Amino acid sequence: MTTVALKPATMAQALTRALRDAMAADPAVHVLGEDVGTLGGVFRITDGLAKEFGDDRCMDTPLAEAGILGAAVGMAMYGLRPVVEMQFDAFAYPAFEQLASHVAKMRNRTRGKMPLPITIRIPYGGGIGGVEHHSDSSEAYYMATPGLHVVTPATVADAYGLLRAAIASDDPVVFLEPKRLYWSKDSWNPDDPQPVEPMGRAVVRRTGTSATLITYGPSVPVCLEAAEAARAEGWDLEVVDLRSLVPFDDETVCASVRRTGRAVVVHEAGSFGGPGGEIAARVTERCFHYLEAPVLRVAGFDIPYPPPMLERYHLPGVDRILDAVARLQWEAES
Amino acid sequence: MTVMEQRSAYRPAPPPAWQPRTDPAPLLPDAEPYRVLGTKKAEKADPELLRRLYTQLVLGRRYNVQATALTKQGRLAVYPSSTGQEACEVAAAFCLEERDWLFPSYRDTLAVVARGVDPVEALTLLRGDWHSGYDPYEHRVAPLSTPLATQLPHAVGLAHAARLKGDDVVALAMVGDGGTSEGDFHEALNFAAVWQAPVVFLVQNNGFAISVPLAKQTAAPSLAHKAVGYGIPGRLVDGNDAAAVHEVLSDAVRHARAGGGPTLVEAVTYRIDAHTNADDATRYRDDAEVEVWRAHDPIQLLERELTKRGLLDEDGVAAVREEAEAMAARLRERMNQDAPLDPMDMFAHVYAEPTPQLREQQEQLRAELEAEAEEEEAR
Repeated sequence: MTTVALKPATMAQALTRALRDAMAADPAVHVLGEDVGTLGGVFRITDGLAKEFGDDRCMDTPLAEAGILGAAVGMAMYGLRPVVEMQFDAFAYPAFEQLASHVAKMRNRTRGKMPLPITIRIPYGGGIGGVEHHSDSSEAYYMATPGLHVVTPATVADAYGLLRAAIASDDPVVFLEPKRLYWSKDSWNPDDPQPVEPMGRAVVRRTGTSATLITYGPSVPVCLEAAEAARAEGWDLEVVDLRSLVPFDDETVCASVRRTGRAVVVHEAGSFGGPGGEIAARVTERCFHYLEAPVLRVAGFDIPYPPPMLERYHLPGVDRILDAVARLQWEAES
Repeated sequence: MTVMEQRSAYRPAPPPAWQPRTDPAPLLPDAEPYRVLGTKKAEKADPELLRRLYTQLVLGRRYNVQATALTKQGRLAVYPSSTGQEACEVAAAFCLEERDWLFPSYRDTLAVVARGVDPVEALTLLRGDWHSGYDPYEHRVAPLSTPLATQLPHAVGLAHAARLKGDDVVALAMVGDGGTSEGDFHEALNFAAVWQAPVVFLVQNNGFAISVPLAKQTAAPSLAHKAVGYGIPGRLVDGNDAAAVHEVLSDAVRHARAGGGPTLVEAVTYRIDAHTNADDATRYRDDAEVEVWRAHDPIQLLERELTKRGLLDEDGVAAVREEAEAMAARLRERMNQDAPLDPMDMFAHVYAEPTPQLREQQEQLRAELEAEAEEEEAR
């Protein structure tokens, strides 16, 4: 028996590999976007694809996001499986009408006759020192648009597995790539990628008994770090990585909260009208009698994303998470 | 060496000579809308084609009248009539082969029907029992698009995909004069030009975007001139001259199919009716203006030509009118039947598989409906 040694791989490498494997497996898969061809994308996620599969399979488009997504709709109508790259979170906004009015609605509009298997990859979130318009967390807009799946990986294995699943899905998927995790490393074997939980399922990344941190994407490593730090305070925190915001895995989340009796939702997106409000409401509706304290949120402030020299004051960090955990009404137990 | 001497010694290389990337001259539209009917060219037009166009124009006009009447009877939620624009509607359907695709806007029900879609299924959106009633793949007709110009990039993407697959399929996308101000119009034309996609863009310039006249919409010499900025040919045609519209569109389709790339066609026409039955056109235009256009009616233009050439007589006219009345009666009868409604359908097609959350909501509605039914039974 030979064992393949697991080598450290980055999330970016896993995403590239997922695109490459999907393109090799299915000639209908076409990548399109700005700078995705010769350059390989500004984050190099499409590196080498145009060379390997040709300019028609990995296509540099004119610089117009509505046009890119609109053209992808037409390509999907004709049986292709387009994978669209939006260069940055805030640059996806021009495509919003195509997304909300057509991508999300075409299957429903045609009673299932015209599904649109489109994957929209969007690097999102802050923490990389980006100037204005390069650090938004826009997931709440997509979550509020029925007809879209909204998926975001936090690990190298999920980056590969979830992107393959998104491309294989017959529904449109907004695939949010936490750009500050692009260079995060994990042991992962690109030649034998192990299957991951399907889209729509959350995963418990760390088991604990004191309280549950419910999080996703770029905040997952922060929560894991917070959970380690919390040990010193005597708290044993569980961390749930949602992976998929739509559909939402009520089952896994609620099972965890029922075990621990306390929950904090953590994300970079703003608090007001953000995903945390929906998650807290769902947990409260389903786990009210198990809760020892109100569900709290640790989120970005309700401000336009700050300039890079100020972003560390904005992003939810370990201290802010531990402060929230401290407010989970522990007095009742003593 | 002095500073002056240094400067005179500096001999920068001249920049590369600038060249236009495309000669704009062949892309320019004619100075006047192209016409066939009433000119010498009409004598060469295929009699069979003219007869078919005429029949479909009369049927189309009757369809518009019937659909508008159905709004008054509460059988349609709304109807944007294309009366006055029938030549564009019919020619758009007739210039395509079966394998081609049509991308209509919400005013293009006639083109959809002329392409072969069931006349009742074509009205589903406007009746309001579902958003789109026909299978787009059956006649290769995309759903009627309500958001302006957003269907144009779809046509480009589909045409491009067909070419990548090696199919000689052409996409024809329809838009109005107001729609040419939208960003998607620009992006679609630019993409189509860069990709040399086999697409024909048909702009029906009917003079108004609801109430706003063309003068407040654009400062371009004509809408067809916009093509030149993208490096594609623009063609200007009399939109009430069915033979001319058919010829110009057919040429553009042939050009696209042969690999020549996209064309922008502006058909100059007029919206005789208000924007929809819910609109009041007297608030923004004079009857006198409408009367001028009524005198340039697409059906009369074609009828005159056919009569002059001896291809149509009174009996022929009567026969076509009879056919139109029969069509209207069938439409009326079918539209007077209540559309079957199943509230559960609202959850069935949001995703390939309903999410757990949608299943819960579906069950909630099911329980509400059952309780409602029990209450009615108890009464």
